[in-house]
Amino acid sequence: MAVDESRADPVEDKSWISVTINGSKQDYLVEQRLSLADFIRNQVGLKGTHLGCEHGSCGACTVIIDDRAVRSCLMFAVQSDGSSIETVEGLAIDGVLSPLQESFQANHALQCGFCTSGFLMSLVARLREGPIDTESEAREALSGNICRCTGYSGMVAAILEQSNSIQGIKENS
Amino acid sequence: MSQISEIKENLTVTNIGRGMIRREDPRLLTGQGKFIDDLPFSDFYEAAILRSPHAHARVVSIDTERALKLSGVIAIYTAADLEPIMKDLPPKVSHPKLNYQIRLPMVKEYANYVGEPIAVVVAENRYIAEDAVDLIEIEYETLPAVASTHAALRKGGPKVHIGSESNVAVHIIQKAGDPEAALKTAPHVIRETFKITRGGGHSIEGRGVAARFDPITQQLTVWDNTQAPHYVRQMLATIYGMTEDEIRLIAPQDIGGGFGPKAQFYGEEVVIPWIVMQMKHPVKWVEDRWENFISATMERSQTHRVEVGFDEDGHLLVLKDVFEHDQGAYCVGLQVPTITMSTLPGPYVIPNIHSELISCYTNIVPTSSLRGAGRPQAVTVMERMMDRIAEHLGMEPAEIRRRNLIQPDQFPYAVGLLFRDGSPLTYDSGNYPALLEGAVDRIDIVKFRRDQAEARSQGRFLGLGLSMYVEGTGIGPYEGARVRLTNSGKILVTLAASPQGQGYETVYAQVAADAIGVDIDLVEVRHGDTSSIPYGQGTFASRVTATAGPAVWEASELLKSDLLAVAASLLKCDVSSLALSGNSVFIESEPERRVLLYDIALVSNVGRHGMSVPRDLPIAIERTAYFKPVQAVYSSGISAVIVEVDPETGKIEILKSLLGHDCGNVLNPMIVEGQILGGHAHGIGNAIYEEARYSEDGQPQAVSYLDYALPTAIEVPTPELFHVFSPSPLNPLGVKGAGEGGTIPVPGAVANAVEDALRPFGSRICELPLTPERVLRAIYDHD
Repeated sequence: MAVDESRADPVEDKSWISVTINGSKQDYLVEQRLSLADFIRNQVGLKGTHLGCEHGSCGACTVIIDDRAVRSCLMFAVQSDGSSIETVEGLAIDGVLSPLQESFQANHALQCGFCTSGFLMSLVARLREGPIDTESEAREALSGNICRCTGYSGMVAAILEQSNSIQGIKENS
Repeated sequence: MSQISEIKENLTVTNIGRGMIRREDPRLLTGQGKFIDDLPFSDFYEAAILRSPHAHARVVSIDTERALKLSGVIAIYTAADLEPIMKDLPPKVSHPKLNYQIRLPMVKEYANYVGEPIAVVVAENRYIAEDAVDLIEIEYETLPAVASTHAALRKGGPKVHIGSESNVAVHIIQKAGDPEAALKTAPHVIRETFKITRGGGHSIEGRGVAARFDPITQQLTVWDNTQAPHYVRQMLATIYGMTEDEIRLIAPQDIGGGFGPKAQFYGEEVVIPWIVMQMKHPVKWVEDRWENFISATMERSQTHRVEVGFDEDGHLLVLKDVFEHDQGAYCVGLQVPTITMSTLPGPYVIPNIHSELISCYTNIVPTSSLRGAGRPQAVTVMERMMDRIAEHLGMEPAEIRRRNLIQPDQFPYAVGLLFRDGSPLTYDSGNYPALLEGAVDRIDIVKFRRDQAEARSQGRFLGLGLSMYVEGTGIGPYEGARVRLTNSGKILVTLAASPQGQGYETVYAQVAADAIGVDIDLVEVRHGDTSSIPYGQGTFASRVTATAGPAVWEASELLKSDLLAVAASLLKCDVSSLALSGNSVFIESEPERRVLLYDIALVSNVGRHGMSVPRDLPIAIERTAYFKPVQAVYSSGISAVIVEVDPETGKIEILKSLLGHDCGNVLNPMIVEGQILGGHAHGIGNAIYEEARYSEDGQPQAVSYLDYALPTAIEVPTPELFHVFSPSPLNPLGVKGAGEGGTIPVPGAVANAVEDALRPFGSRICELPLTPERVLRAIYDHD
């Protein structure tokens, strides 16, 4: 059956969702076709999550949902109903960089910084699963994201430095 | 690793040469960057663009009626609605012999590549705008397309532009010496054909333009993540018939990578601000990845037919290279192929050179500069031939290079050709033997050959590739910097050029702090706003360190002399008795007699309303300098890679990668290394992975990262780096560009290494990138 597209109104369908973003829970009325990335950026107003490809390949839009690293360009906002979302804005506490962020700066692991949020969120999720001890593990952890500026060496160094320091803390405690 | 030669006598350098961590990082690490799509344009309409689905077609009719009825659509513009701005977008670099084809901001009648903009939809948001794009009905008359230089040159074949007689854009020959005679008399002459295919810039942030028009001030403000804000402003002023002061062009504080494509000028940049003035409502357009694949300029596709003549000892006598360059549908600029022409001879003494360019139009998105800008192709060709000469004479590839290098005492060295900046190709400084021997020592070639032989006996195939280059950087015409004592007693450095990740806010604070002698924490650097400094050129061609660097240095020196003069007046002493450090100027022998920068600002900037000041007291402490280089300054380097090739799968594994680099004095070694490492990854991509393939009818076959392989952390090894320091005598900092050197030699080195690995098979590596398919064909599918 032919649909009369000229009468189509793509904005008529909206739904309420309840999500916890960086620890704060709130209800939002969202268009059903709104991507999670656009929701986080434009409706919640957290612009640190970036869109690099919008087809799930570059990883710039990675956020953590219920402890899993997820590409927010491949999900609809409505699918996040009831979940807990962490974005790059939640990593530093009261303006103090997290150890991983500090390691990124110290090791020149970022240049233009556009892809950085996605790398950080992928790595935060990965490091919660366990330490990264070797260069090949570090590269594996990075391989879901694309960076065009750095050649990844600084990120590999940052991860190993960070993982070693966590290990060090554990061993000393 | 840093070693800064004396920049100026009696100068204490405290910041320059230090690998200071970047001031930019905290905001970027916390999601507080200010990229164009992150700016609070909440009341802006959003645009989406309908692009040609055909490589070559006549637009017969456009029907926007259904699209306009869609709820939330504000307006739709096609070329017919934009007659006043349907003006030529001229090439950046042209040539008197260019067969020029006009490039308009949008398609007027003929679409000449897939991706060329045809209509712009303005809507309440991008979702609705994209819906409306799908509802626009266009009738096309498709035409035969030309999708390679080979097809472009075919006699009687279709033409890229209807009505043109030839697909050749320009045919240029440059010669040094007498190459024809030398080819006849050379004891040995060998020939080969090499093909390098298209690849893209792939900044992870796409292009973007937003604009607002203020009817009260009549000022048009344009936000554009361009590499060249003043260039875009000038283009817009010319096309719109406005003065440059009526347009404020802002390159956002953070730009998500550039790599060349963002230094070009596009139709979208003309159309969006113009629409804003027509609609009297702000609009933004941000490119998505699909658009970036089909409409941002690309590079690299060239086919070279090269001959080299040499004597029994391997000394080069003559180089002749005739190459086809794929210009794409329009000539956005001839910089890439002209750079290729002049990059060919590299670090070698070659008495006779014939460099011939046949640039062709094709029905593919135009090509233009992309990290390396014509050099990776030239270096691949030359370095492949150096290896072939070595093979021909049964010599080690390092030895053949050693015998032909320009020696350190031969500078300035005139090659005999012209460079892209219009000046003679004269290398200012360098130490090419130090680069070669640095690599040879670190690789230990004798040991490698033993390992290679042993591996072969076990059915494993290892190869070593070397590749050297010389790169013209720091080109003109000028770059500017403004340095100001702020009223609160701090130093504000304003750059005309804007960065895309190169850390200008850090590096130029280092330069200004050292030139003035102040505490670096008092120095702030801003950039990318044409309302803050009247003239500039932009960030491209590895030029900013060697142009803006000296401009910051010179403006800061002028500012310092003002600061000292004010202090001398206030302290009633001679300038020569003064010193400057921290936040104050003091009498060296009586440090307690001092004035704060803040006091100087109060006296000379703020002043006392209506009161006179002493005649010799400098006022309004702000200095602007424009540095005008006399010619390019030449960086150089070497890449060495060891690979293992799997003859079953065609997979190339890089076992070792080494880069030697010489960009003169290094302002911030951490940032320079970052540039080299990032460039190296791009070079690995060009060597093995990245390929923007097109079908014979000009349809792009790679329009997502599922079919265009950008290297990840798995594919890019960390190279070993070493530096050679040959300061340029042509600027006060002794610096040269470092933005592209990591990319340029790598494809050639990888190709050399793969052919070396596959020598037992008699494989010939003549085409890049070295995908598994090409490697397997090189092994099994040759005579």
